[in-house]
Amino acid sequence: MQPLLLKGGRVIDPSRSFDQTADVLVQDGKIAAVGPTLGTPDGVEVRDVRGAIVAPGLVDLHVHLREPGNEDVETVASGARAAAAGGFTAVCAMPNTDPVTDNQAAVGFIVRQSLRAGWARVHPIGAISVGQQGGQLAELGEMVGAGAVAVSDDGRPVASSHLMRTALEYARTFDIPVADHCEEPTLASGGVMHEGLVAARLGLKGIPAAAEEIMVARDLLLAELTGGHVHLCHMSTRGSVELIRRAKERGVRVTAEVTPHHLTLTDRACEGYDTHAKMNPPLREDADVAALRSALQEGVIDCIASDHAPHAYDAKEAAFDDAPFGVVGLETAFGVAHTELVQGDVLTLPELVARMSTIPARAFHLPGGTLQPGAAADIVVLDLATSWTVDPARFHSKSRNSPFAGRRLRGRATLTLVGGKVVHDAGAATP
Amino acid sequence: MTAALDKDLVGLAPLSAEQIRLILDTAEPFKEVSERPIKKVPALRGKTIVNLFFEASTRTRISFEFAEKRLSADTVNVAVSGSAVQKGETLVDTARNLEAMRIDMVVIRHPSSGAAEFLGRRIRSNVVNAGDGKHEHPTQALLDLLTLRDKFGRIEGLKVCLVGDVLHSRVARSDIWGLLKLGAQVAVCGPRTLLPRRIEELGVTVFEHVADAIQWADALNVLRLQLERMEAGFIPSVREYYRVFGVTAERLEKAPRPLTIMHPGPMNRGVEIDSRVADGPHSVILDQVTNGVAVRMAVLYLLAGGKPELADAAKRGGGPGGPPD
Repeated sequence: MQPLLLKGGRVIDPSRSFDQTADVLVQDGKIAAVGPTLGTPDGVEVRDVRGAIVAPGLVDLHVHLREPGNEDVETVASGARAAAAGGFTAVCAMPNTDPVTDNQAAVGFIVRQSLRAGWARVHPIGAISVGQQGGQLAELGEMVGAGAVAVSDDGRPVASSHLMRTALEYARTFDIPVADHCEEPTLASGGVMHEGLVAARLGLKGIPAAAEEIMVARDLLLAELTGGHVHLCHMSTRGSVELIRRAKERGVRVTAEVTPHHLTLTDRACEGYDTHAKMNPPLREDADVAALRSALQEGVIDCIASDHAPHAYDAKEAAFDDAPFGVVGLETAFGVAHTELVQGDVLTLPELVARMSTIPARAFHLPGGTLQPGAAADIVVLDLATSWTVDPARFHSKSRNSPFAGRRLRGRATLTLVGGKVVHDAGAATP
Repeated sequence: MTAALDKDLVGLAPLSAEQIRLILDTAEPFKEVSERPIKKVPALRGKTIVNLFFEASTRTRISFEFAEKRLSADTVNVAVSGSAVQKGETLVDTARNLEAMRIDMVVIRHPSSGAAEFLGRRIRSNVVNAGDGKHEHPTQALLDLLTLRDKFGRIEGLKVCLVGDVLHSRVARSDIWGLLKLGAQVAVCGPRTLLPRRIEELGVTVFEHVADAIQWADALNVLRLQLERMEAGFIPSVREYYRVFGVTAERLEKAPRPLTIMHPGPMNRGVEIDSRVADGPHSVILDQVTNGVAVRMAVLYLLAGGKPELADAAKRGGGPGGPPD
């Protein structure tokens, strides 16, 4: 592979608190050197990235790639391509596929599909329970051996506290987090949006904030009991934030994520029965958005994850009650986060890079999230100067269900490298 | 006219007070049509209307059908009872098929909130919401308003309390919007399990006890209690519901003045309402049914582009001797 020199960009590496104008030399798939005015070895390709940001590739702990089972909507390849376009060099695929990714063969399939596709790295998350049925513990050890980086029954909340406890205890041997979609099923049952004033007006069944908070509280208590690492998916309420804050003060092993849409939208987006605002957990209220932003700023919530959830266009073309939950997010996550949080003075740019790369990589013990010489060259070059309009028709994802269609955003990946290989180059035709 | 209606009537929330008054005023001349030996005017002659019912309904469908026929429209009734999974699909496909058949209006009843608005956005024909999920049932609220106006001569300043299952009631939401827009004071009363959370923020008063509502109100609209609510755990039993929240003759005796009693039907006698109250001298329940036809005629007439000031003329022009059905 030809060596590559990224010349003159603002290099931000939160793993080393590095933030200055520098060159980055990529050689043999690795980061060879980072420093001001590096020399130009023979045969090197030089890319002038002055005015742009060079950062470790973004890492998304929570995506749904729908393969196997629903390949019309997304595949490992199309999802990994969308990830690369969004600046992500690694994504973690949830196991609610069909069949469920609950054994080593299924995990190995995801790994192979990812290698075959060759865009962003796709790390499988195995199921906690066989078939995500909430009963028997899946073979965690074998799945980790095959490449699983975490376990989760995402999409089907773990109703049994006994199962959650067992998973947290058992997972300690393999040093993987147990990721939970926190939702008390009997409280959330039949709900389609946040239980609040908008739901009262629209005549839609609400999901109360307490449905999430009860399970957050339970999971924190169980993590404390077992010493296991619990990862709380897509936090949406101010009450959850307070519970996590207190648990972290007590030293509970907890990490938590929040999505770009929960950081920027409220239940008002459901007005007019817009099914692109239907997601689970539901969009909440202004006070929740404010609390989630503060939590992210303070580190109570560790990172941003997209919860990329592709659906067919005609599945969302339905009455609100009948449409599925979920929105795509890989190709808008950075733009939304940068526009709303950095330009909105919630986070500094290095903090945002940390919360979308270095910190999530550490949370799941993934390679990446660093520009340390010697590390794999998983790098993103970000253009923050040009504004662009979200046009779902131009997504690389197979699905278009975005709540941000038509939004003007600032911040976009122009070049994405995985292991030194260019997997996305906005300046060129599709590689 | 500044108060002309939009293409569709999906609810009272989007309407202005002027638009609501326009419908009520237009309904007045249509009341008389139903009192004639030959109950027909030619106002909608040549128009095709589909009554698209995804949910069982007897009285609303019949009321719409009478309204359409008395306006001389051609009508088709479509009853769809798809499985829950196919509901959405059926709706969008049905919309396209109807549009392809070049119909003029659709009257839709659907179990999902927002279904009427969904349909209205996708077809050029006028859409009238005949009840969508737990959202709105605008023509029911309009007939409630007309009945109250007949009885009291005004809506402004009236104190109206909705009693019962507000949470699952599309009638309640439409009533709240319509009454508030026309200047009435609105209260709700029922078990907290059957009231939407934060309903106070819509501008209504909440009474915990029926006795308090009776002290306060000029009129009660007693909502139907669906018996499946008990199975879903919202109330312990129908028996207890009647004892705690039932509108009974004994409770009404304590009212400082006679209360007008409304019910959107069909009634569960001895569940939410005492038979003696439903059949009593202050019940306007059957007047509501009568007004339903007039209000629906007014809505269909206005959506079809009829001029309100011509409603009288349309009526006269199509008197006895109008075209046979």
